[in-house]
Amino acid sequence: MLRSLLIDAEKCTGCVQCELACSYENEGLFNPAKSRIRVFTFHHEGRFVPYTCTQCAEAWCMQACPVDAITLDGDTGAKVVNAAVCVGCKVCTIACPFGTVNYSSDSGKVVKCDLCAGDPACAKACPTGAITYVDADQTGFEKMRAWAGKTDAGSAASA
Amino acid sequence: MHYIVIGAGPAGVTACETLRDLDPAAQITLIGGEPEPPYSRMAIPYLLVEQIDESGTYLRKRTGHYEDKGIEHIRMQVTRVDPEQRSVTLADGNSLNYDRLLIASGATPLKPPIPGIDLDGIHNCWTLEDARAIVERAKPGSPVVLIGAGFIGCIILESLVERDVKLTVVEKGDRMVPRMMDNIAGNLLKSWCENRGVRILTSSGVVGFTELGSGLSVNLDSGESLTADLVITAMGVRANIDFLAGSGIDTDQGVLVNDYLETNREDIFAAGDVAQGRDFSSGMDMVQAIQPTSVEHGRIAAFNMVRDGSIRHQGSLNMNVLDTLGLISSSFGLWMGVDGGDQATLLDEDEFRYLQLQFDGDYLIGASSLGHTQHIGVLRGLIRSRVPLGEWKERLMRDPTRLMEAYLGSVQGAS
Repeated sequence: MLRSLLIDAEKCTGCVQCELACSYENEGLFNPAKSRIRVFTFHHEGRFVPYTCTQCAEAWCMQACPVDAITLDGDTGAKVVNAAVCVGCKVCTIACPFGTVNYSSDSGKVVKCDLCAGDPACAKACPTGAITYVDADQTGFEKMRAWAGKTDAGSAASA
Repeated sequence: MHYIVIGAGPAGVTACETLRDLDPAAQITLIGGEPEPPYSRMAIPYLLVEQIDESGTYLRKRTGHYEDKGIEHIRMQVTRVDPEQRSVTLADGNSLNYDRLLIASGATPLKPPIPGIDLDGIHNCWTLEDARAIVERAKPGSPVVLIGAGFIGCIILESLVERDVKLTVVEKGDRMVPRMMDNIAGNLLKSWCENRGVRILTSSGVVGFTELGSGLSVNLDSGESLTADLVITAMGVRANIDFLAGSGIDTDQGVLVNDYLETNREDIFAAGDVAQGRDFSSGMDMVQAIQPTSVEHGRIAAFNMVRDGSIRHQGSLNMNVLDTLGLISSSFGLWMGVDGGDQATLLDEDEFRYLQLQFDGDYLIGASSLGHTQHIGVLRGLIRSRVPLGEWKERLMRDPTRLMEAYLGSVQGAS
């Protein structure tokens, strides 16, 4: 059974433990700016919304990559950047309509959530249960995927 | 069923793979005009700086990929398409018959009729063949002139600088990337490059090339002459449609297609840089010649080739991203704005950061950025979703950087 990150923004306190855990897991340092999951702040409502790649079925990033550097991990369903193949052209960063593939000028490559190979550090670090890693069909990610369909040039709608 | 796909770029390869997924029993022939495995022109700049070798430019990395998928790859130019006979003629005179044909023949660099343009030492930077010639000539310290600071010119610019050549860029427009960025961004890019030792001549044209010793003289309309060991021209591209002459296939700037990416001739489709398909923003037919559109076209065309009318193309969003000596710029949709629309801008000239959003009423319709690398894809999401921004428009007018919050709030209903 594929699992997905389930984000329940109602439970998020904005502590950014997820950002720290992600950056430490992937970059070896505690630096929220390098995290692949980000907590967005809605000051006017005092709300926080953690957000990262939904591993969407359309895989805009993977489709757009001109050098085959983003591939599907069959075990986790994650779309994974192979840094050794990525040339750093950044096309995926404009192709992803969710804004969740980003260029890192430090590495000259793009980075995105890869679900930590099936053991996501963000979910483990979240103290309030706002981020959990659960069976994919429970996540309500279908809603987000529906939006992916809406932003499609036509290919998702009837594919 | 025999599908023939002309053109081994991203549109053609994506189409072949999609055809295979949808029609496991079909015969699929991919015809490319170059003697290489299918590769990405977008990766050439990285080859020029030796970050990758030629295999790093290949569109698919797995050995035996095409064989495994039963895609026969013929490396030869197509000289003629005959819709009556349902045949494609190759450069060696042989013909192949198709049941369904996809034209994904791409584009070729423009070669304006400038005296001397055929002299030795003047190259495009378009094919692997071109790249090999450039690597040969672009030696550290050698004077190189790059003509054209459009998208393609700017992509090459960085690799030339990294090869330590003495670079001068000549651009006809009044700024860099004039068809991708506004005055502010185009001129910031120019100063960024000048600060890094590149001479940039905007509003400058070339009137001729002459031989000068072992090199070349590039003669400008200002009267100045530049000495060069190597000249690289990047003055735009045009769709490869000449071989379709006499076929009865309607063309304009490219091959005209309907919303199913079909041409006017039965069972012939077109995709990618050669196709003049629907532009998301204007609704008009337009040759976009960008990677994401090529892939989108290739996939949609293949669906419709197998299952008539199965996917309607709703228009591709024009967009670009560019890295010019470390300064990253992007543009989306109607970045130039529309009459009666609103614009939000945030400019920090000293830090070379710029963000510009264009609205039509309650909708985001275009944007461009300089010096922003985080979450820029969400600009696509906001534009394409066509969701009224409501209160988020005012917030973005005040602070254009709150794009992700606007997206989460308005499109995904997170707030």
